[in-house]
Amino acid sequence: MSRSITVDEVAAAPDSGGTDYINATKGVWSWLTTVDHKRIGIMYLVSVLTAFALGGFFALLLRLELLTPKHTIMSADTYNQAFTLHGVVMVFLFIIPSIPGALGNFFLPIMIGAKDVAFPRLNLLSLYLYWIGAIFALSSILSSGLDTGWTFYVPYSSTTNTAVVNVTLGAFVLGFSSILTGLNFIVTLHKLRAPGVGWFKMPLFLWGLYATSIVQILATPVLGITLLLLVFERTLHIGIFDPALGGDPVLFQHFFWFYSHPAVYIMILPGMGIISELIAVHAHRKVFGYKAIAFSSVAIALVGFLVWGHHMFVAGQSELASTIFSFLTFLVAIPSGVKVFNWIGTLWGGSISFKAPMLFALSFLFLFTIGGLTGVFLGMLSVDMHLHDTYFVVAHFHYVMMGGTVTAFVGGLHHWWPKMTGRMYSEKLAVLSCALYFIGFNATFFTQFLMGSRGMPRRYYNYLDQFQPLHAFSTFGSWILGAAFLVMLYNLLNSLKNGERAPKNPWGGLSLEWETASPPVTENFVHVPHVEHGPYDYAATVARRAS
Amino acid sequence: MTNTPIELGSFWLPKQSSTVAPQVDQAWNAVYWVAVFFFVLVVTGMVVFSWRYRRKKEGEVTSDVDHNTALEVIWTLIPLGITMGLFTLGLRGFINASVAPADAIEIHVTAQKWSWSFTYPNGTTTAELGVPKDKPVKLVMSSTDVLHSLYVPEFRIKQDVIPGTYTTLWFQATEAKEVALLCTEYCGTGHSDMAAKITVMEGPKYLEWLDANGDGADKPPAERGKSLFTTKSCAGCHSVDGTRVVGPSMKGVFGKMEDLADGTQVKVDENYLRESLLNPNGKVVKGYQPLMPSFQGQLKDKDIDAIIAYLKTVN
Repeated sequence: MSRSITVDEVAAAPDSGGTDYINATKGVWSWLTTVDHKRIGIMYLVSVLTAFALGGFFALLLRLELLTPKHTIMSADTYNQAFTLHGVVMVFLFIIPSIPGALGNFFLPIMIGAKDVAFPRLNLLSLYLYWIGAIFALSSILSSGLDTGWTFYVPYSSTTNTAVVNVTLGAFVLGFSSILTGLNFIVTLHKLRAPGVGWFKMPLFLWGLYATSIVQILATPVLGITLLLLVFERTLHIGIFDPALGGDPVLFQHFFWFYSHPAVYIMILPGMGIISELIAVHAHRKVFGYKAIAFSSVAIALVGFLVWGHHMFVAGQSELASTIFSFLTFLVAIPSGVKVFNWIGTLWGGSISFKAPMLFALSFLFLFTIGGLTGVFLGMLSVDMHLHDTYFVVAHFHYVMMGGTVTAFVGGLHHWWPKMTGRMYSEKLAVLSCALYFIGFNATFFTQFLMGSRGMPRRYYNYLDQFQPLHAFSTFGSWILGAAFLVMLYNLLNSLKNGERAPKNPWGGLSLEWETASPPVTENFVHVPHVEHGPYDYAATVARRAS
Repeated sequence: MTNTPIELGSFWLPKQSSTVAPQVDQAWNAVYWVAVFFFVLVVTGMVVFSWRYRRKKEGEVTSDVDHNTALEVIWTLIPLGITMGLFTLGLRGFINASVAPADAIEIHVTAQKWSWSFTYPNGTTTAELGVPKDKPVKLVMSSTDVLHSLYVPEFRIKQDVIPGTYTTLWFQATEAKEVALLCTEYCGTGHSDMAAKITVMEGPKYLEWLDANGDGADKPPAERGKSLFTTKSCAGCHSVDGTRVVGPSMKGVFGKMEDLADGTQVKVDENYLRESLLNPNGKVVKGYQPLMPSFQGQLKDKDIDAIIAYLKTVN
């Protein structure tokens, strides 16, 4: 292992404060063997964005196919494989690892004034497990195909001739990557906070990651067990889920959603954390209801374990079970609503600047509110009978997962890009991409609420002619959405070469990452930071500066 | 794909063509207006505050107010109250849609990749569903391969169809017309073409239609079940007049609560009867020995359907 510079040596170095983490060592090998959380974060970032591009490409193909009923550009079997690939890639390779793996790894240690995560080598291992799982799953999907949908429902998945076993093993390995990251974050937050960083002096992004980590550790093993049982059933013909072998297909759904519903919170909680940062920093305002936001993250994580049955109101579970799950589902809606009110409250009395990250944060509030409220429709037992497995559900979870998590992720990426890369992107292009994104997103997905409530089932290759105009509108929207990402990609990549040098603190933030250089040195801080104020004490800071 | 379109009743929803639909739509309307209210509230707050508190110069002093307990309690409790109301409203419609009236016409539905078949009380089997208007119809459904789901947008009903288990669904159509029936659980290549037409007819017309579609070769399930009950030697151990032989009597057995040997209770329904034929010693009635052989492999699904249909008539 190469020798790393110690904090004392950096402190002794003249003025510059040491080498930034990007130029600390050179060469591909130095990246592949690094234990620096920032480099691991960057490698996660590149990986998840690659996965997002792949998943997005398949989404555009699907939308193109749905431009007309029956055959447009592909056969029914290809369509079934394309939506499966879109779902598997977006869920397992992009959205679950996205924010924790990329932004969490990079900023969690810096925000608490630590040098690294608690287990740096374990951190590298989880990145490698992610790569192994991803390559394994993707190569099997691309070589022999997979047509089960990302949910792997039995008995379809125990009888189809596609690559179920390989892909589930890939997902199994990916699960370990997720568990190890969660474990690392929890230990880091408990043990490595710098002097003065109490639990309630942590930026709210970290509360979001903390709640996420709890879910990752507790829920992911259940997915692992379920997928292994599915593999046993397929390879050894042990009857667990397939009724032909004496199993119970509804049992699979219970197991699957016991993980996959909490996984929804793995996907959204870090995004909610980012939004708290963006709004507070760009409004220069103390967060309204810090503790309410922090505790509601934990509440969502815990109650989120008890609502999996709302995916199964019409799946053949007992009416009593459905009733209880519906009731608990309404309870979990409350903490999410409270967060939205608190964010609006944080705008009140602020000094709001409308830079690109803030525009993404405001877009999030708009889109996530729609996503959350339409979830209430689906939680109502009688209404769900009509809406279950229609495009209404597709629209709902895209408003939450994309309108929520992806918007927050992209907003956070713009917010922290200067810190991560040391370069400023073009503000004009960033605003343009945000506008295209907002318009394209709503055109694509709001249309789908209408299709769903009018009775258009999901996962349909062919459809009733009456839905054609709405499908076409949604497809046009997807092109605007695609253009938004091209502009964004160009803007960010271009900044690496031609962007202005980023200052230490472009947005006037008060959390610790803004006190170190852009990009940070390998050790994050030249001296162990001495924390005097909370991450959101803007009023006090302005008063102090004035005096 | 059937060409029967879904007729719209409003901007958002299909026409209401069953007795369940108005209740579902009442719940939809309630949650719709609640959602519109909160959406407008949030977006108005966002826009007004963004404009009012936009940054006019650097170094502005911002509010230090970091909570307001009264306000936070209010904005937690009011939504909680509203959601509890919505929960109750959703539950009401769901209970109504879950419990079929006792006098419902029972039609058996078999789903397979990628078609539906419907068997009527007189033994007739059809690929499209015909039902009488203003009469409750109960569907007892099972699949021969993978999961499917029966969905009728204009009736607002949906239920997954599962291999190895019966699920049920009921409706009462309110208008003589054709409506679309769709599959809403992904089942492979032909999933989106697994549709059927439901023809709702006036009572007398329904009976004529049923006669015209009868193939005559099959006896009604209950009659087939009666002969199977003898030919498969069920009658050797189970009486139909209430006398105790080796096993429990079948008199009035359907719908009864039975005490089991392990101390629990079970309701005798389609699933319990099916299970008792295939795995008879899994749930043995209290006071009897686990002696019955399994009929796994000896009875086809259709035979089991028939025996169950017969047992429902033994009173």
